Amino acid sequence: MILALILIPALGAIGAYAHRQVAFRTAWLVTVAAVHLGLVLVAWNAPPQPVLGGWLAADPLGLVVLGVVSALFLAASCYAVGYLRRENPRGGRAFVTCLLAFLSAASLVALSQHLGVLWVGMEATTLALAPLIFHRHDRRSLEAVWKYLVLSSVGIALALLGTFFVATAQFAAPASDRPLVLADLVRHAPSLHPSWLKAAFVFLIVGYGTKMGLAPLHSWKPDTYGEAPSLVGALMAGGLTSLAFLGIARAVQVMAAARLASFAEPALIAFGLISLVVAAAFVLGQSDLKRLLAYASVEHVGLLVLGLGVGGAGVYGTVLHVVNNALAKGLLFFAAGNIALATASSQGPVRGLSRALPRTAALLVVGLFAASGSPPFGPFVSEFLILRAVLDQGHLFLGLAVIGLLLLIFAGMAKSILGAVYGEAPAGLSREVEDAWVLAGPAALATALLVLGLYIPPAVGRALLQAATAMGGHGP
Amino acid sequence: MTPAGSLLLIAVVLTDFAVLATSRLSTGIRTIGLQGLLLAALPVALHPAWSLHTAALAVGTALVKAGILPRFLNWAIREANVRREMEPLIGYGASVLLGAAAVGVAFVVAPALPLPDGRGSLLVAAALANVLAGLLVLTTRRKALTQVVGYLMLENGVFVFGLTQTEQVPFLLELGVLLDVFVGVFIMGIVVFHINREFDSISSARLEELKDI
Repeated sequence: MILALILIPALGAIGAYAHRQVAFRTAWLVTVAAVHLGLVLVAWNAPPQPVLGGWLAADPLGLVVLGVVSALFLAASCYAVGYLRRENPRGGRAFVTCLLAFLSAASLVALSQHLGVLWVGMEATTLALAPLIFHRHDRRSLEAVWKYLVLSSVGIALALLGTFFVATAQFAAPASDRPLVLADLVRHAPSLHPSWLKAAFVFLIVGYGTKMGLAPLHSWKPDTYGEAPSLVGALMAGGLTSLAFLGIARAVQVMAAARLASFAEPALIAFGLISLVVAAAFVLGQSDLKRLLAYASVEHVGLLVLGLGVGGAGVYGTVLHVVNNALAKGLLFFAAGNIALATASSQGPVRGLSRALPRTAALLVVGLFAASGSPPFGPFVSEFLILRAVLDQGHLFLGLAVIGLLLLIFAGMAKSILGAVYGEAPAGLSREVEDAWVLAGPAALATALLVLGLYIPPAVGRALLQAATAMGGHGP
Repeated sequence: MTPAGSLLLIAVVLTDFAVLATSRLSTGIRTIGLQGLLLAALPVALHPAWSLHTAALAVGTALVKAGILPRFLNWAIREANVRREMEPLIGYGASVLLGAAAVGVAFVVAPALPLPDGRGSLLVAAALANVLAGLLVLTTRRKALTQVVGYLMLENGVFVFGLTQTEQVPFLLELGVLLDVFVGVFIMGIVVFHINREFDSISSARLEELKDI
């Protein structure tokens, strides 16, 4: 079962390369994505047995991340059907193969209980998406892919060093025949060597934080998101960040069990606050939609680590925010993708979307309000929980600063997005872009965001609670 | 720590200085290949009791780090007609001085992180020194290809530290790590190749169209 979740997309990736026609490949992509989501739902229903001696298992936190990545991937595959009909990115056949390879590596990350396997999967996700950024044959996409590769690779190398440090910290603990397996690390956490563990945490948060795009380690993010095709941007902002968050969350799990949370928390809060400040500074006056979304992503990953840092109910809010952030980012990037498809032949700033692309404009506005934490959408609930936890823990000034920054970011995003929605549509905007394939994914995500804002299904609530408890937090 | 092991570790740190001091790209690549060869000998020197595990690790490392990757980078230089200089942002003398400072820091920090079986801090110091020197090359060299060399130095530092874990970490994992590094450098090489075709010189300093400030 667990192996199937990893191997089916991997085999699908190979299979996709064999098909000659685009239509076959995209149908294949949607089929594999749907099968994967089906398997994930089965795993949610009845958690499968661990395999490979406990290296791979489905724990609540992993299942939450896996579920959201798989759902987002299905939406992205539907979108890819419409996208590949209109655009022919470089690499042709490799496009679908790389997407499925990403899904396979993402499943490996979400299901691994072994920090080393987690690292291998994380590096594989980085590499699988790299060719997809380089989809146009021009300088800008080259620059973007180069920055992405170098910074992510360096980050991930530092995370590997951190992983080795964890293994070294384990020398001091009772001998285990399963080194680096999370369950054993947590069980013997109090007897892990503290200075090695602290050093490990520093390297892990810097390493996986680079991949997640926490400021000040975010410099690759606007360039990469700005240049990558929107559907890849959706997978990066919604999927890759959630996976990198899982890497940091695993480290926090060990730190909390080792009673070193007081060492971890200030670092997490600092990264969170800096990310919010940077996002606020660059969102204002940003005219390029995808770069704007990149800074919004910096904001949301900042909120994620902030919630982890304050602890308590904030951890529950953070896990919920992982889900909401992935859905909202998917929605926004798909809408941005429709605009990019429509404006491929026109120059100048985008305006007048409400007339030219009415459905996309509606989705974009829903995405704007959802992503900036307005009721009645899901992110409102999670951001509210995180904020309340900040205030409950007595960080009054931090809470006020966060509220102020969130308002600034909302103002900046609203200005650019609403500016694009209203006004006179320029000539040359092709209106035939909106078809069922490119609207179904974002519409489904918008519905999910609305539902999560009003009602959290009991099965999801239980998983969120268990995940939060594992990281030393509690329910709201 | 066996004497051979100490000698190898010191040689690894010396190769870092060779990369920092050289002005020629091909020398840098050759040196990084030599460093790969030294790393391949390390598992054998550190664990004198022979096992299939250490032997396979040594052979795999030699193959990837001293064989395929340097050849591939040399191929990229030749095919893409890169100019043969390092083009540093700071002088070679300053690079070496900064490298010496990095090694100093590594040796000061290392004793604070004792290895549990008392294998001495030389290994930790050598690993940290390599990581820092790699970061130095990454940040002070302009060419994309030299940044790949810096990344390899950084990765080699992590690898040196990983050798303390060979009894703990199973073979499968080392294989995964080695494969990831290999594929990563391979993709970087291909991007470098395209950068050169597009920009006529492999310089990441020219990569500055995307900016917010």
